[in-house]
Amino acid sequence: MLNYIWGIMILIGIVVAAFTGKMPDVTNASLESSKDAVNVCFQMLGIVAMWTGLMKIAEKSGLIDSFSNKIMPILKFLFPEVPRNSKALKYISTNLIANMLGLGWAATPAGLMAMKELQKLNKNKEIASKSMCMFMIINMSSLQLLSINIISDRSLYNSSNPSEIIAPAFIATIVTTIVGVIVGKILGGVHK
Amino acid sequence: MMRFVLIMSDLIMPLLFVYIILYGFSKHVKIYDTFVEGAKDGINTVIMIFPTLIGLLVAVGILRSSGALDFISSIVSPITDKVGFPSETIPLVLMRLVSASAARGLMLDLFENFGTDSFIGRFSSILMSCTETIFYTMSIYFISVKITKTRYTLIGALIANLAGVLASFYLTLYIFGR
Repeated sequence: MLNYIWGIMILIGIVVAAFTGKMPDVTNASLESSKDAVNVCFQMLGIVAMWTGLMKIAEKSGLIDSFSNKIMPILKFLFPEVPRNSKALKYISTNLIANMLGLGWAATPAGLMAMKELQKLNKNKEIASKSMCMFMIINMSSLQLLSINIISDRSLYNSSNPSEIIAPAFIATIVTTIVGVIVGKILGGVHK
Repeated sequence: MMRFVLIMSDLIMPLLFVYIILYGFSKHVKIYDTFVEGAKDGINTVIMIFPTLIGLLVAVGILRSSGALDFISSIVSPITDKVGFPSETIPLVLMRLVSASAARGLMLDLFENFGTDSFIGRFSSILMSCTETIFYTMSIYFISVKITKTRYTLIGALIANLAGVLASFYLTLYIFGR
């Protein structure tokens, strides 16, 4: 699936560029983007390492365990196939809380660890398990409860009330997550 | 309210540091050694996703620079116009799926042209808050564990995203009006 998406994105881009006469831009963009990727990775190295370091302390001290125990009923509902004592649930809860707090950089490494653990439980290593699908859908439905970046962008552009979107954004975020969970459960039931 | 939000956002990280470190002390964890151990894992993770990221950013870069999203917007805008959906925001809705930073750029353009307190400004703020970059997240996570068949993940994520677009639209309409 990802192979198709990747190929189609590039092909659509080049075909459209051929018609709009933007071929030089495309050439430029492909070179620039690969350079950008290096910059992004360098920045990520520092920030991600800081978070995973901090999270390791939280993990070793049992903080993450106590948190994931608190939300265990929710985890059991979302990921019924995953055994209760699996490390996957710990990483999933870390990922979810980091996402809710808007700490995307901390969420990604925990999410990757969660996928690694889910893959260990997965019977067919090429096909995503139900738990993986559910975890990914929830991750892509946005969990961030308070969009501080957007609020600061709004105040940058002279909004008379930058934070007026907090309540509707909160509701909309809950809507996307609930819809994601419902759709994930329904599709998970259909795809045996 | 605004003040409270800004104070909160400044406090989240320091409080998390204090909480985790004090908790670590209370359980007699060798916190610095543990930090270094965890940081090493983090560096390995980033190096692992590096090639994925290069491939992804190149594809997004090509798509962005070609004007393909504007082209798609021009196709769907007659339909969206009928229901009163602002066609100016369609490129943003599409871009949000592939690139967070490019989508932010488009949102700032909309702020510039229509104002943050316009229907379009409020709608795009709420939309940006309740959606995620689907293709980025999917590639990074699935490729890291070598999953090739993603089953219903994409369709599920797209439905949730569409729900976000509709929710943002109607919430803006009901709370703030046109």
